[in-house]
Amino acid sequence: MSLIKKIMVAAALSSALSVNSAHAETVKIALVVKALGIGFFEAANKGAQEAAKELGNVEVIYTGPTATTAEAQIETINALIAQNVNAIAVSANDKDALVPALKKAMSRGITVISWDSGVAPAGRQAHLNPSSNALIGNMCVKMAADNLPGGGDVAILSASATATNQNTWIAEMKKVLPNYPGIKIVATVYGDDLADKSYRETQGLIQSQPGLKAIIAPTSVGIVAAAQAVKDAGKIGTINVTGLGLPSEMAAHVKSGASKSFAIWNPIDLGYSATMIAYNLAAKKAEAKPGAEIPIGRMGKVKLDENNEGAMADPFVYDASNVEQFAKIF
Amino acid sequence: MMARLLKSREALLAGAIALLLALVSWRFPGFVAPENLARIFNDTAILIILALGQTAVILTRCIDLSMAANLALCGMVAAMLNAAAPGIPVGALLALAILTGAALGAINGALVWQLGIPPIVVTLGTLTIYRGLIFVLSGGEWVNAHQMSEPFKDFARAELLGLPVLSWIAFLVVAAMAVLMTRAPLGRAFYAVGGNPTAAIYAGIDVGRTRFAAFTLAGAIAGLSGYLWVSRYAVAYVDIAAGFELDIIAACVIGGISIAGGIGSVGGAVLGALFLGLIKNALPVVNVSPFWQLAISGTAIIIAVVANARAEGRARRIILRKAEVLA
Repeated sequence: MSLIKKIMVAAALSSALSVNSAHAETVKIALVVKALGIGFFEAANKGAQEAAKELGNVEVIYTGPTATTAEAQIETINALIAQNVNAIAVSANDKDALVPALKKAMSRGITVISWDSGVAPAGRQAHLNPSSNALIGNMCVKMAADNLPGGGDVAILSASATATNQNTWIAEMKKVLPNYPGIKIVATVYGDDLADKSYRETQGLIQSQPGLKAIIAPTSVGIVAAAQAVKDAGKIGTINVTGLGLPSEMAAHVKSGASKSFAIWNPIDLGYSATMIAYNLAAKKAEAKPGAEIPIGRMGKVKLDENNEGAMADPFVYDASNVEQFAKIF
Repeated sequence: MMARLLKSREALLAGAIALLLALVSWRFPGFVAPENLARIFNDTAILIILALGQTAVILTRCIDLSMAANLALCGMVAAMLNAAAPGIPVGALLALAILTGAALGAINGALVWQLGIPPIVVTLGTLTIYRGLIFVLSGGEWVNAHQMSEPFKDFARAELLGLPVLSWIAFLVVAAMAVLMTRAPLGRAFYAVGGNPTAAIYAGIDVGRTRFAAFTLAGAIAGLSGYLWVSRYAVAYVDIAAGFELDIIAACVIGGISIAGGIGSVGGAVLGALFLGLIKNALPVVNVSPFWQLAISGTAIIIAVVANARAEGRARRIILRKAEVLA
């Protein structure tokens, strides 16, 4: 064996050993939720455990307070700092109140990201949004269009006329309209996130828009009320109700046929992606800076904007095939 | 005859309703079709029922701000029981909702009667307590359509002689309240207590006890409405009927029930609720901007209050003049 070969073998061995020792040290990632016992977050934990299994050397600590208060969450975070975890991924109860505690964590070298409900930029390295306004707007129109091959009249049932997120989504819907020929938005009405007003506005739409084929309600109170009003008016099959809703709240209306499909982020994917980002940042495999692309396993990758915020994916679509299964989760 | 008709609150309101119907049908002819009017009546049924309960309270110179919270709590109790034990018949749940509501109303009444706290303060407090209790009971969770049994959801919308049961219940409550207010000693006592508490005492009427009865009655009505609401919208959560207490009071005020007590009728309250219900149903159909909708509802209330104040002012002057003549 020549000297060169010996050196190469030694180098290979030592590098293999060093890789091994790195693997032996598990990365501890704390998934901090708003409160324990909420179906949505239990599902996110499921996704986080899946990510941990896939990565191999990751231990996910699922924790959170028992009530959705910022004070209790700060206590949780302080306990995690004492435990010396490698990363904290938090869904915050308060945007600003957690900042000092999280800053302390970062100063100890702990990677901090927020997901679902964000923390102010000073208190985290990156934030993962479940989706983006553009993706949500597009998905709402797409769900309506998918069930209207010949096109048709569509109305929007929003929450209050002053709700920022609702108006942004409605603007995004109107932006993508040219991509869906035949789909026409004929009216936008406001149910104020009250069951009775949303129900009444839907009845008004059914009357004033005789050619109505679909109602898009990007609000969980509105979509339930609209589906009930369509059912009571005997318009199932004529008018399809879609938008953003929770599977547990919509299960009965998908079963009755009033809603063929609706969307909301998938909490399992969200927990999975948050864990992936936390791991990649903690293991120095990616850097949190504007424009950076961080890989998130089976979900692809997430690109950070100027505020170090990224959007995971399209909202997840629920229909008769999967709503029952998810209704048990959230 | 004509002059007396014009002075009658109910006739004026009926005229306003007819005018409103004519205006809307001019822009949207389908609005006055009988089936649509029946639909609007059904949509307003819960408001009518609640306005009648509030009428009893306002007549005694009190006010109940907790009715909507009471409704939401009773609705949640009924919905949670139904979700937990679908075998309990709807009739039993309905009775339970009414009893729960009556108990909550009795708490208001007892505080006003025994502790002499102003009703607006008592019910402002219980409003918050009842809403809080819903959160404690449900843990903030919704009771959704798929957790409710079919009979629970179908009862209010089952058709009987062409109208939903919900509408028939409203008719029943209107009839019962009309008899109570005009024929029963308790109903007359409501007027006496509100009209002149001192005179009522001399007439042998226990003012506190009468107010207690009015609050309990309003509570029972809120309980009944709680079940009807949850059944109609097939969902129960902490915030149902949030802010509805103001709609109830507005219906009473528009209907000519005097906030100062002692003046008002069942017919007025029903018409006031119908007027409000009509506006709520008409504005979405004729495509009025949501901001204008609020402004229009508010204007209607203020006009009604001004009309009320004038009518009451006149009545008082006449009494004084008579008294002067007698003297």
